[in-house]
Amino acid sequence: MMRDTLSDLPLVLDRVSMRAGATTMLDQVSLTIGPGAPTLVIGPNGSGKTSLLRLCMGLDAPSEGTVTWGGRRESRQTRRALLFQKPVMLRRSVAENVAYGLARAGCPRHRRAARTEELLDRVGLLELADRPARRLSGGEQQRVALARALAREPEILLLDEPTASLDPAATRHVESIVQMAAHSGTKIVMASHDLGQVRRLAGEVVFMVRGRVREQANARDFFDRPSTPEAAAFVRGDLVL
Amino acid sequence: MNAWQLIASGDATLFAIVRLSLMVSLSAVAIAAVIGLPLGALLALTRFPGRAALIVLLNGFMGLPPVVVGLSVYLLLSRSGPLGGWGLLFTPLAMVIAQSLLVLPIIAALTRQTIEDLWSEYRDELTAVGVGPWGRVATLLWDGRFSLTTALLAGFGRAAAEVGTVMIVGGNIDGFTRTMTTAIALETSKGNLPLALGLGIILIGLILAVNAAAWGVRAWSEQRTG
Amino acid sequence: MLRRHFLAIAATFLFISAGVSALAQDKSIVVASTTSTQDSGLFEHILPLFKEKTGIEVKVVAQGTGQALDTGRRGDADVVFVHAKAQEEEFVEEGYGVKRFDVMYNDFVLVGPKEDPAGVAGTDDIAAAFQAIRDKQTPFVSRGDKSGTHSAELRLWKEAGIDISADKGPWYREIGQGMGAALNTASSMNGYVLSDRGTWLSFKNRGDLEIVVEGDKRLFNQYGVILVNPEKHPSVKAELGQAFIDWLVSPEGQEAIAAYKVDGQQLFFPNAGQDPS
Repeated sequence: MMRDTLSDLPLVLDRVSMRAGATTMLDQVSLTIGPGAPTLVIGPNGSGKTSLLRLCMGLDAPSEGTVTWGGRRESRQTRRALLFQKPVMLRRSVAENVAYGLARAGCPRHRRAARTEELLDRVGLLELADRPARRLSGGEQQRVALARALAREPEILLLDEPTASLDPAATRHVESIVQMAAHSGTKIVMASHDLGQVRRLAGEVVFMVRGRVREQANARDFFDRPSTPEAAAFVRGDLVL
Repeated sequence: MNAWQLIASGDATLFAIVRLSLMVSLSAVAIAAVIGLPLGALLALTRFPGRAALIVLLNGFMGLPPVVVGLSVYLLLSRSGPLGGWGLLFTPLAMVIAQSLLVLPIIAALTRQTIEDLWSEYRDELTAVGVGPWGRVATLLWDGRFSLTTALLAGFGRAAAEVGTVMIVGGNIDGFTRTMTTAIALETSKGNLPLALGLGIILIGLILAVNAAAWGVRAWSEQRTG
Repeated sequence: MLRRHFLAIAATFLFISAGVSALAQDKSIVVASTTSTQDSGLFEHILPLFKEKTGIEVKVVAQGTGQALDTGRRGDADVVFVHAKAQEEEFVEEGYGVKRFDVMYNDFVLVGPKEDPAGVAGTDDIAAAFQAIRDKQTPFVSRGDKSGTHSAELRLWKEAGIDISADKGPWYREIGQGMGAALNTASSMNGYVLSDRGTWLSFKNRGDLEIVVEGDKRLFNQYGVILVNPEKHPSVKAELGQAFIDWLVSPEGQEAIAAYKVDGQQLFFPNAGQDPS
């Protein structure tokens, strides 16, 4: 697999705002994401998590401010992958979905079959390889999407609440794959509003409320000594609006 | 002689007419598909000034009168026309060209609709993995293949059933450019209504058979790939 | 996956082009002729004989005489084989045709409903019959397509002293279609129609129609054949076209025409060289 020699990290957002009409999704966000343990972006619905991840992916351009990857404004997207809350399954078999990701990442044709098998094994879907992807359960689809994202061998893997609509078993399955990726050196940036999940996965927490970053802290510090009242409420499990 | 006796006797003339009809209409659909599928997909994916007008035009051209297309192609291919040197008038190829023009708007317009719907679902994923314009077209056409079969079948139905263009540019020459529809028109004008109706029933049967085959392939393939 | 499809498409094209080129035989000519000769079945009888002798395939495009001459004018046919002498001579004079040859004749008949609302049955005066139809305003179907039969009909109105373009009313139906279509229309509305005898004899959907007037010498219907002028259109296959004309007017071709019968009745009477024009 071709790897860019330049790193996409640190990923830096500098006074970034994001607006659509009268709605402000992100408001003057400044954030630096460096290598290391998973960064969990948390906050209530509508706090701007999705917008933040899309900016980090380079999928959208900010209305104001700049996003840089390893100091560069433009960066090839092959170093990053983004997993959506509701995975988009191509109308193909499971294996072909993964092979598609491999092809897009520049994997040569003759290596694709072997790599596909490897990736499906990694997400535990080897026996479903020939099934139509769109007939799988939500959890299985999310794992296909993960395999397809990992096919890109991303340096940064962005995940937008990938387990929001999954049951506990499926959630655990996805989390273990994410953890495996993190251990093998992929930087995980994952949005979540599930406190348990944050405790299980996070090395670092970015806490957002209404389009602003309220807190960025080491996970243990965040849970032990939240520095804002909103964060404290969120950690207690109170409703934060 | 009525149509059933014709079929039962395995009449060689009837067989040749059926073969020519299928060949002309399927070729026209193939050509229109090669142009219309990517064209419709590009139209679905791109934004440019005048796009809306182009879409309205394309949708309107789905109802292009066959006689007008036939006449235009006739004037083009006539020895006195700009492409007269090709000597194509009154040949099966001329019928293929005329029918391709007739079918192209149908395939392109239905493709645009299908691909636009699919694109709204795929947009984020394909953008996220950095697929270029042609890659998008290829991916969407492939993933939309089941719905697009319907577009191709609509085109085929139109081509196989129309008489206006093939009559004008083909000339209904016995054993050369006589298709099912022009044969039906001829038998009608001879007052041989039972035979004309019989041929009509055979034509409907053919169209149904092609549709059934396409449906079968689609169902089988959908079973495998969703 | 996509590659396999391109292969399939490429294979389809090969199949098509092979099929098309197999159909496109070199030794062939295009003859623009009339619906009356086609609908009567004459060509199906004589063309195989001609092909057997010369190996030349004749592709007949059946149109009205006016349209057939126009097809010749545009250079889209090698030979025109029609039945409207005045128009044919004009065609030659304009330089589009090389020379006109008489080939055969038949006659027109006035066909009408058995109950004969205009009361014309049995007369052999076609002009009187036309006057009666106009006076009683009984439905009359006109080809209205500038064909040979249409020109003949217009000539007959004139000979009956009627200016049809001024006199026509709802009873006069111009359909702008071929002979067969005109007969179908007359059959369904029980109207009168002028037809060439050949098409009438081979017509199957007669309903209540029958011949009401025949035998007037003004109903004579002469067919002529003309080679399209290769000086106007170099694409004209002059040699093959002339071979067809030569065969038509030869004793052999004339016999073939005479031998064509429907239900024991001869449809066309060869008269090449007998009515020099």
